[in-house]
Amino acid sequence: MPDEFLVRALLAGCGVALAAGPLGAFVVWRRMAYFGDATAHAAILGVALALALDVSVIWGTLAAALAMALAVVELEARGHAMDATLGVLAHAALAVGLVVFSVSGGARIDLGTFLFGDILAVGWGDLAVIWGGAGLVAALLVWRWQALLTATLSEELARSAGIDPRRERLVLTLALALVVAVALKVVGALLIGAMLIIPAAAARSLARSPEAMAALAVCLGGAAAAGGLALSWFGDTPAGPSIVSAAAALYLLSLAVPRR
Amino acid sequence: MPRLRRAVTLIATDDMSVRYGDAPVLEHVSLAIAPGEIVTVVGPNGSGKSTLIRALLGVLRPTAGTIRRKPGLRIGYVPQRLAVDATLPLSVGRFLSLPERQSRTATARVLERVGVPGLQDRPMAALSGGQFQRVLLARALLAAPDILILDEPTQGLDQPGMAEFYRLIEELRHEIGCAVLMVSHDLHVVMSASDRVICLNGHICCEGTPRLVRDAPEYRALFGYGTGGALALYPHEHDHSHAHGDDHVHDHGTAH
Repeated sequence: MPDEFLVRALLAGCGVALAAGPLGAFVVWRRMAYFGDATAHAAILGVALALALDVSVIWGTLAAALAMALAVVELEARGHAMDATLGVLAHAALAVGLVVFSVSGGARIDLGTFLFGDILAVGWGDLAVIWGGAGLVAALLVWRWQALLTATLSEELARSAGIDPRRERLVLTLALALVVAVALKVVGALLIGAMLIIPAAAARSLARSPEAMAALAVCLGGAAAAGGLALSWFGDTPAGPSIVSAAAALYLLSLAVPRR
Repeated sequence: MPRLRRAVTLIATDDMSVRYGDAPVLEHVSLAIAPGEIVTVVGPNGSGKSTLIRALLGVLRPTAGTIRRKPGLRIGYVPQRLAVDATLPLSVGRFLSLPERQSRTATARVLERVGVPGLQDRPMAALSGGQFQRVLLARALLAAPDILILDEPTQGLDQPGMAEFYRLIEELRHEIGCAVLMVSHDLHVVMSASDRVICLNGHICCEGTPRLVRDAPEYRALFGYGTGGALALYPHEHDHSHAHGDDHVHDHGTAH
């Protein structure tokens, strides 16, 4: 019988997969991979500021991720060349976050917890936050599904049907900030982007509809969590990176399936 | 020739101008579409046709002037093309269920109506150009539109294909009574059922009715056989010159 902390860790991983699956599908379809990374890196700045200001880490993370995501959306709307701008924003947020962290929390708290996650230390309270946030994201995406999918296909098609593409982009932005906030503890800021993209990309060749791809991404994310935890348990490897490695292995396996 | 019923207007622009930064793309465009009429907008590349459509759909805001839509106006939009990302698994049936979910019976019926029956389970990526165009049209029809807006729908079709597509649009207009706004870069050959043709080049250059392609051999030589009267000529003279209109040369020799 595995220890209780392993059960909690697995539940935490599945919670993140529940939200990261469908959101990751949109990230892949809309080619927003860079966007996920920039938002996740901003989380480190959020953690550092939360520690400096002595507020709850989850709220600091959420605020920083949301601010970054909104900034990126705004810059994109103004027609900035996003590649370089995102590089600047993502790395600046990470670097400034690390600097602030060394001043505000460096002595008390292990930085690695936030960079690579600390899934084995997830408590029942953390689990409630993770499942609450993930449930919210999943519900938001299911509620807006048809409009999101239409806006993803074409801004003009959406407009002609009375759907405001800016509103749908905002829904995704909000969902992304929430996923970053809840996944920070599980896989860490550096690997959140991986949990968004890899399961969804692996689901592509197995799926014949957008819904199937999102659902499969959830399952593959959960499987990656289980596989990564097993690897970590038996191989004494760090849990977060092991989960992402397991997801990458699933992706490689999916390449063997001819795309439908 | 059908008269315009100006009293009820589906969609209208009033002295509308659109600029991208400092560059004017459309200037002082006023047009109105009445229920059931077919309007063809012709213009050379870069004349602002796509901008006009984007403004009518509400994607772009006019820099000056106004756009009025009848409250609750239902638009069926057929884009010139649609890039479905290779990472998005999308069957024809699923595509037709956007943004409103449709029953399988409804999608089967509309696919049959536009001449591509039985395609529901085919991935969008596996369609030919002509099939893709008809699937886009089918999706637009499912909205029960008051107006169909078509952006260069016959690009890539040969003359018989174009004539066949125009005949389909004309039939559909009769069946559901919708208005049709069609954009084309072909300055001279238009859908013969057009009630009005508007020539656009940054502004409205001229407006008129098309002239049917007659059975004379010289027209046959130009437009081929078997178009069944679906194509027409739009002969037009401009009473002004364009400073930047070099690409908009009208050859009136064939039309007179």
